[in-house]
Amino acid sequence: MIMEHSCINRIQGDIIAVPAEGIKYGELATVKSRSGLSLAQVIRLRGNDVFLQVFAGARGVSTGDTVRFLGHPMQVSFGNALLGRIFNGSGEPIHNGPTLNSLPKMSIGGPSVNPVKRVIPRGFIETRVPMVDLFNPLVESQKLPIFAAAGEPYNELLARIGMRANADVVILGGIGLKYDEYLKFRSAFENAGVISRTIMFVHTASDPVVERLLVPDMALAVAEQFGIQGKRVLVLLTDMTAFADALKEIAISMDQVPSNLGYPGSLYSDLASRYEKAVDFDGAGSITILAVTSMPGDDVTHPVPDNTGYITEGQFYLRKGVIEPFGSLSRLKQLVIGKVTRSDHGSIMNSMIRLFARSREVEQKLAMGFDKTPDDERFLKYGKLFYERFMDLRVDLGINEALDLGWKTLSECFRPDEVEIKQEFIDKFWPR
Amino acid sequence: MSIHGRVLAVNGPLVTCEVGEGLDILQNEVAYVICENIPLKSEVIRIRGRQVDLQVFESTVGLQVGDRVDFSGNLLSVTLGPGMLGKIYDGLQNPLNELENVQGFFLKRGQYLPSLDEQKLWDFKPTLKEGVLVKAGQYIGEVAEGLFTHPIMVPLELLGSWRVKSIKEAGGYTVTDTIALLEGADSQGGGDVAVKLKQEWPVKRPMRIYKERLLPDTQLLTQCRLIDIFFPLAEGGTACVPGPFGAGKTVLQQIISRYAQTDIVIIVACGERAGEVVETIREFPELLDPKTGKSLMDRTIIICNTSSMPVAAREASIYTGVTLGEYYRQLGLKVLLLADSTSRWAQALRETSARLEEIPGEEAFPAYLESRIAAVYERAGKVKLFNDGIGSLTMIGTVSPAGGNFEEPVTQNTLKVVGAFHGLSRTRSDQRRYPAIDPLISWSLYLGQMKASLNSRAENWVDLVQQAHNLIFAGREVHQMMLVVGEEGIGLEDLVLYLKSEIIDAVCLQQDSFDDVDQASSRERQISDFLLLMEMVNHTFEFASKEAAKARMTHMQNLFFQLKYCPFGGEKYKKYRSEIEAILDQKGVV
Repeated sequence: MIMEHSCINRIQGDIIAVPAEGIKYGELATVKSRSGLSLAQVIRLRGNDVFLQVFAGARGVSTGDTVRFLGHPMQVSFGNALLGRIFNGSGEPIHNGPTLNSLPKMSIGGPSVNPVKRVIPRGFIETRVPMVDLFNPLVESQKLPIFAAAGEPYNELLARIGMRANADVVILGGIGLKYDEYLKFRSAFENAGVISRTIMFVHTASDPVVERLLVPDMALAVAEQFGIQGKRVLVLLTDMTAFADALKEIAISMDQVPSNLGYPGSLYSDLASRYEKAVDFDGAGSITILAVTSMPGDDVTHPVPDNTGYITEGQFYLRKGVIEPFGSLSRLKQLVIGKVTRSDHGSIMNSMIRLFARSREVEQKLAMGFDKTPDDERFLKYGKLFYERFMDLRVDLGINEALDLGWKTLSECFRPDEVEIKQEFIDKFWPR
Repeated sequence: MSIHGRVLAVNGPLVTCEVGEGLDILQNEVAYVICENIPLKSEVIRIRGRQVDLQVFESTVGLQVGDRVDFSGNLLSVTLGPGMLGKIYDGLQNPLNELENVQGFFLKRGQYLPSLDEQKLWDFKPTLKEGVLVKAGQYIGEVAEGLFTHPIMVPLELLGSWRVKSIKEAGGYTVTDTIALLEGADSQGGGDVAVKLKQEWPVKRPMRIYKERLLPDTQLLTQCRLIDIFFPLAEGGTACVPGPFGAGKTVLQQIISRYAQTDIVIIVACGERAGEVVETIREFPELLDPKTGKSLMDRTIIICNTSSMPVAAREASIYTGVTLGEYYRQLGLKVLLLADSTSRWAQALRETSARLEEIPGEEAFPAYLESRIAAVYERAGKVKLFNDGIGSLTMIGTVSPAGGNFEEPVTQNTLKVVGAFHGLSRTRSDQRRYPAIDPLISWSLYLGQMKASLNSRAENWVDLVQQAHNLIFAGREVHQMMLVVGEEGIGLEDLVLYLKSEIIDAVCLQQDSFDDVDQASSRERQISDFLLLMEMVNHTFEFASKEAAKARMTHMQNLFFQLKYCPFGGEKYKKYRSEIEAILDQKGVV
């Protein structure tokens, strides 16, 4: 039975309270106000007072407006018909297309996967970005954030990976996305001809703040269903700091005691329950999460990147438009390097990074006014080639091409006995 | 007569319910909140008049005001008995492998299965006769469980003396069968008590059924050189391992759980990544314990409450782990408990405290954080049991400090109560010097406390260790100086000192956890290699120039480096060792 209540007795931030009985915790409701119809979710019950967070925001809600409880928690439609579609922050399809009312619905934010039903990740996801594939490969079921300060081209990187990655389904969750960025994502996917394997949940910066909270849950709930069907799903989330900021706003409106810079004490659990949806199912598909965490003030000890770092399996640092080779880390890389990828991968990766570190040292030395030696020249040349051939984000190379180019680059700058690589690989791969 | 209540308010996992006037509600008792006909386990955490606050261990979505709450009258307890080894439990001791069969991929709420296999027959042998006087914790029989003989104890909760009224003969029994009846031998009397193979113990109450607590004075070998030599652990001791993300806490824990020389290892994955637990779950059954030749899983229990599982159960998981550890200690075994990570546990306390609207302390952690941490670590210890057997529970807790800053409350409050501090530093992990335990900040009280037993390794062992440690500090100072004035600015003597400290760092402190040989270092090998190293340190080298010093010492470092990757006592090992010895024999000349 659906009942309407029209006696809102408290409005604070985006939270409203209405007296009602027989309401379930977590239940969904609609609020009809002069600014239109909005979804709302029950976030607290106290006696006969029901507290709801209004997804479209409480602005324009009056005490006389009606609240209608729907009797079920937030749900999202699921089916292959979702592929190629774009949804807004409350899960409504945008940009025409048929309605999805006939599809089955599923609750979002479901229970966690039984750890004994997970397998050790073993699939390699080729992204055709050499700094990822070659030095910190993405492994199926991994959760990896991209840490970047404002102004870095993180969304371009994400779009690139979304276009090229060899996954069955790519789901983009845009949280607080600038409208231009959304258009760029859309045209990138359309131009690359991959829109048919893509689903986009887009919350733009002009949309109500509370809706941000729904985007990762909807994206991941859909991903989970594809995963169970045996699909390899790649979920791209941008930007999780905007998500955390929405959590902060709600927590403060609910009079919660803040723990660090105003973020609620549950920030770690809230982020983890989303990231932990990344999984390699035993006998089914997998979910891989690549998320952007923008770092306010380029500070990695800020609560959002800090908590994220403890949750995720490594991180990429995007600085000055390139993926930083030092500090970036894929914790699962040893599961695929040399096992799924070519046998020389491990040695050449380490060797190239080590030599690049030397070339940075040489640069610093020269900057301090020391003399240049012939050896220094070679290192400088190597550093330049490394930047052009691997670090530049425009480079589009498969893993094997990247490995070959790595050998070529080494051979152009060094002798085989200088690179500290096992003789058997030198014999096999060193270009003559 | 069970007690009921009605839900009054729901705020995330915190549920307030109202009970009738004058009813008997126990603090920390278990209650079940009936949500959409599913009973959800919860714990009483506050009582105010007729209002009782519960923390629910599951998602509370769907709960309504007016829903029923059933109070069980029992404290939150775990089941103890044969059959726990090799199991993977959640924070409330639900067996995850069995849940798998019932539920598929996901953990649905409200399913509680018995922690022990209730069908399995155990081969029980009585060791006592009828009429004997017994006390709580006394062994009355035994069953064989894998590697161990698992003694069956008089229920640990019993007070006073009891007489064995009857005891079953040897034979096969399940954990729920009554194997003995006890009658009160004291004046307080009371009815008969049935003894089963399994028993219950409330997780938040320390098990203090022993003759005396002993000073931890024996080393617990972890086979990690940096820990065993410089910052040793004691059986029954405690240690804290804080570190920023990416510093290698997890790898260190995994290596310790594999190679530590104990009887039982309990791993509590508290609010951490599920992926890490998966590696343990999938790899341990295939790894062999070098000591017994059996699968490592046979000595391991995993308690797994990963970060996406409900927060309230995370708080319970540490207590569950400690209680299991105390139980095996009662059996006279050496137990190692690894808790990863206690910060997540503290955060669970913080979340609950915030919902209870308690006045927050530092960084919004509750004011009782310090006493809770102290109470958990104090449950570790080495004890002499009533039968004069010795059991120990050693506890290593990792801490994940926010921003890698050790000044935060969880790290600081833990350091107050532990005996060893293995601080991981970002600097060392960035330099790829693993394990990244920073020798400049870490300490162990056990080095002094165990001096007598450590010196049985070699004469003046502790002094040598101290000397090596001082050399690392000195080497560090020289290095700092070199950064300012360059290599030209320091004397030859200082350079040699620095090179020596680098050799200690490279071949003794650093250990390759992915190398088959180097990942574990036996006691004999630690002694023999360390003494050789110290011989090199105390050797007076004479060099003509700094270049010569660098060249020769690099050669020396390489020899030691190769040595550490050779199997102990093998041909190649002997070859490198004799090369080093030859250099050290010719005084002053390299």
